[in-house]
Amino acid sequence: MMALAVDVSRFEGVPMAPPDPILGVSEAFKADKNDLKLNLGVGAYRTEELQPYVLNVVKKAETLMLEKGENKEYLPIEGLAAFNKATAELLFGADNPVLKQGRVATLQSLSGTGSLRLAAAFIQRYFPEAKVLISSPTWGNHKNIFNDARVPWSEYRYYDPKTVGLDFEGMIADIQAAPDGSFVLLHGCAHNPTGIDPTPEQWEKIADVIQEKKHMPFFDVAYQGFASGSLDEDASSVRLFVERGLEVFVAQSYSKNLGLYAERIGAINVVCSTPEVANRVKSQLKRLARPMYSNPPIHGARIVANVVGDPTMFGEWKQEMEEMAGRIKNVRQKLYDSLSAKDKSGKDWSFILRQIGMFSYTGLNKTQSDNMTDKWHIYMTKDGRISLAGLSLAKCEYLADAIIDSFHNGLGTAK
Amino acid sequence: MPSANVRGAQPSADRRLSTLVRHLLPSSARTATTTTTTSAADSLEAFPTMASPSSVFAGLAQAPEDPILGVTVAYNKDPSPMKVNLGVGAYRTEEGKPLVLNVVRRAEQMLINNPSRVKEYLPITGLADFNKLSAKLIFGAESPAIQENRVATVQCLSGTGSLRVGGEFLARHYHERTIYIPQPTWGNHPKVFTLAGLTVRSYRYYDPATRGLDFQGLLEDLSSAPSGAIVLLHACAHNPTGVDPTLDQWEQIRQLMRSKSLLPFFDSAYQGFASGSLDKDAQSVRMFVADGGELLMAQSYAKNMGLYGERVGALSIVCGSADVAVRVESQLKLVIRPMYSNPPIHGASIVATILKDSAMFDEWTLELKGMADRIISMRQQLFDALKTRETPGDWSHIIKQIGMFTFTGLNSDQVAFMRQEYHIYMTSDGRISMAGLSARTIPHLADAIHAAVTKLK
Repeated sequence: MMALAVDVSRFEGVPMAPPDPILGVSEAFKADKNDLKLNLGVGAYRTEELQPYVLNVVKKAETLMLEKGENKEYLPIEGLAAFNKATAELLFGADNPVLKQGRVATLQSLSGTGSLRLAAAFIQRYFPEAKVLISSPTWGNHKNIFNDARVPWSEYRYYDPKTVGLDFEGMIADIQAAPDGSFVLLHGCAHNPTGIDPTPEQWEKIADVIQEKKHMPFFDVAYQGFASGSLDEDASSVRLFVERGLEVFVAQSYSKNLGLYAERIGAINVVCSTPEVANRVKSQLKRLARPMYSNPPIHGARIVANVVGDPTMFGEWKQEMEEMAGRIKNVRQKLYDSLSAKDKSGKDWSFILRQIGMFSYTGLNKTQSDNMTDKWHIYMTKDGRISLAGLSLAKCEYLADAIIDSFHNGLGTAK
Repeated sequence: MPSANVRGAQPSADRRLSTLVRHLLPSSARTATTTTTTSAADSLEAFPTMASPSSVFAGLAQAPEDPILGVTVAYNKDPSPMKVNLGVGAYRTEEGKPLVLNVVRRAEQMLINNPSRVKEYLPITGLADFNKLSAKLIFGAESPAIQENRVATVQCLSGTGSLRVGGEFLARHYHERTIYIPQPTWGNHPKVFTLAGLTVRSYRYYDPATRGLDFQGLLEDLSSAPSGAIVLLHACAHNPTGVDPTLDQWEQIRQLMRSKSLLPFFDSAYQGFASGSLDKDAQSVRMFVADGGELLMAQSYAKNMGLYGERVGALSIVCGSADVAVRVESQLKLVIRPMYSNPPIHGASIVATILKDSAMFDEWTLELKGMADRIISMRQQLFDALKTRETPGDWSHIIKQIGMFTFTGLNSDQVAFMRQEYHIYMTSDGRISMAGLSARTIPHLADAIHAAVTKLK
């Protein structure tokens, strides 16, 4: 005879959480039955046929791994050694003195999010009075990560709606005004959501003020190689800071540039003043990782290590990455051309060409973005961000019509 | 707002080198030991490009190696041909090799050779098929909780990830922030729950006198826990002791817990691996579900499918109603998204492939039973070897305990002795992984135990 348990759930008072603003878009897209629908929500690369893309070199690596028949033993807490070596070399350059000097603590982590979260946990524990400065706007999940890690944050000006470009003066002023020793979250390239990056000269000035204020630069690098097509070019901002001898945090992701989204592969790197410090920092990061997930997943790490470790495959990867970046650039051009041709208002759409990477900040507000979805069945995030990776040349004209309509008339028609 | 706490002084440029030297010494303010070599201290380079001569991490101490994983680190360093690793709980074949199950290799082959397979982000909650199949596996396909849609299941990073996400959820949404864990328990449990935001207390579990369950102590401690407190239960094959309650004892535990509204949080890392039967190893859990009550369940496929490094697991929350389950799932997503966004696909795909195909499922159960049987055989052989040597003491706990681990009852001095003299590696609590033994190494282990208990007390 079983004693009955509870009459009322212990979790009765748990409220329904709102859907994730970014990932929730794809769910809504799936539910839409309209033929014209277009998903420009989440930043996942699509081919011209709007299909997901698994890189050929990744398929090769997986086939090779299958043949090798390696075991599935636990990785060490810090992850696959071959991956850690490869990822640090990719980021800093194989000949970078900081690597030779052993000054970098690198831990394989759960893509960009996991790397940021580990770093945030580290900041909370060892820099409990420090604040993180994040750009306004920034990737939506950044705030959640720092909130959950209980790290205070504030924003620095970044996006200028008047120019649909960088508010450089505002950015510098806000970084200047922050307390010494703040952590400054910077997007290494292809700023998400705006697509607006500082110029090399501007990066130098940003480094100047960070150095002057003894701030800690904290890079989020989710698009190395994917933005310009060149791995080295896309890492130049990070390398600039490292070159100055600064200590730097860098979170890396292979979701986009190797198309390994679901494998959750990335790394947190901390450039330290000495190798001994790097060892200690690494040991403490491990101490934070162990009670979170014990050790990271092997599959994605092995793929990266195999691709980067083999010169032929590495060359093939660079080729495929150039093609992906190239397709996005073409789509940008076509979108710009379509908008300029169709929009009779004389609005300057050239910001689309100046922006870089997967995303474009269209300048559409929430109501206008809703119009895009409700009237045109175009799915995007409410901050006006569209993912060009989800756009085909064939759909540029339709999108241009939608943007023009939403911009000028966007009143939000019901479906 | 105060400045960031940059520890250590701000040295002037001309004291740069001496400051660096000072920072290379382990911090005397902390108690953690430095386990890595500091040969860098011997050859100090000035870095001319360094703008900031001191590190903001100057005051950071070296963390000690994780006690469990650290055993393997030490083992790997040992050059002795006689060495035996009985540390971390990963299955080894009779030849001492790691094992990838045949059915896993086949599933992986199918996945990788499937041309339409993509690597798109999984939903935050993970692979849907995997979640459904995992819930069925642990609760039983006919479970009323599943039929009534009262189970919220999310894919997580193996057992650890499931425990952490569950802990974080409870810290945010449950009125009682205290979790009771058995004494002893897996070393990582207290850390996981503390970082999740819960207060950790313990309940008596292991009785060193009998090398069995301190059932009275357990009942007393749970009785004096505040109403509604969370209680961590090992579903089977308790880690590190290998001591499980009997079914009668489980029933008593259940009744006590329900009478005090204590919330069960099961950790199931060995379903099928303990007894060789998936259903048998799930009995404790199903008993609790059958009474209609709520519980949390952290499931791992690390051992029973040998998917250790793939990090595959699931957190299920059995709720009082379907409506609550929907809301609970939505809140679990808010915990996961800022932690790692969505879980890794590979391991979960392998599991789903196997669980949904009845031939592969059957093949799996056979391989699983093979592993469990080998471990049971090791237990018997070790027991027999100690008997033959007439090693002092009662060693019957070796065959009474279940699962991958045996709590030998050896103390830390004896453990250290066995490492020194016999190159046997185990955790300092005397826990040995039976999976790391073979017919070949048992005599060596038996000799070592014999020497340790006769020479040291």
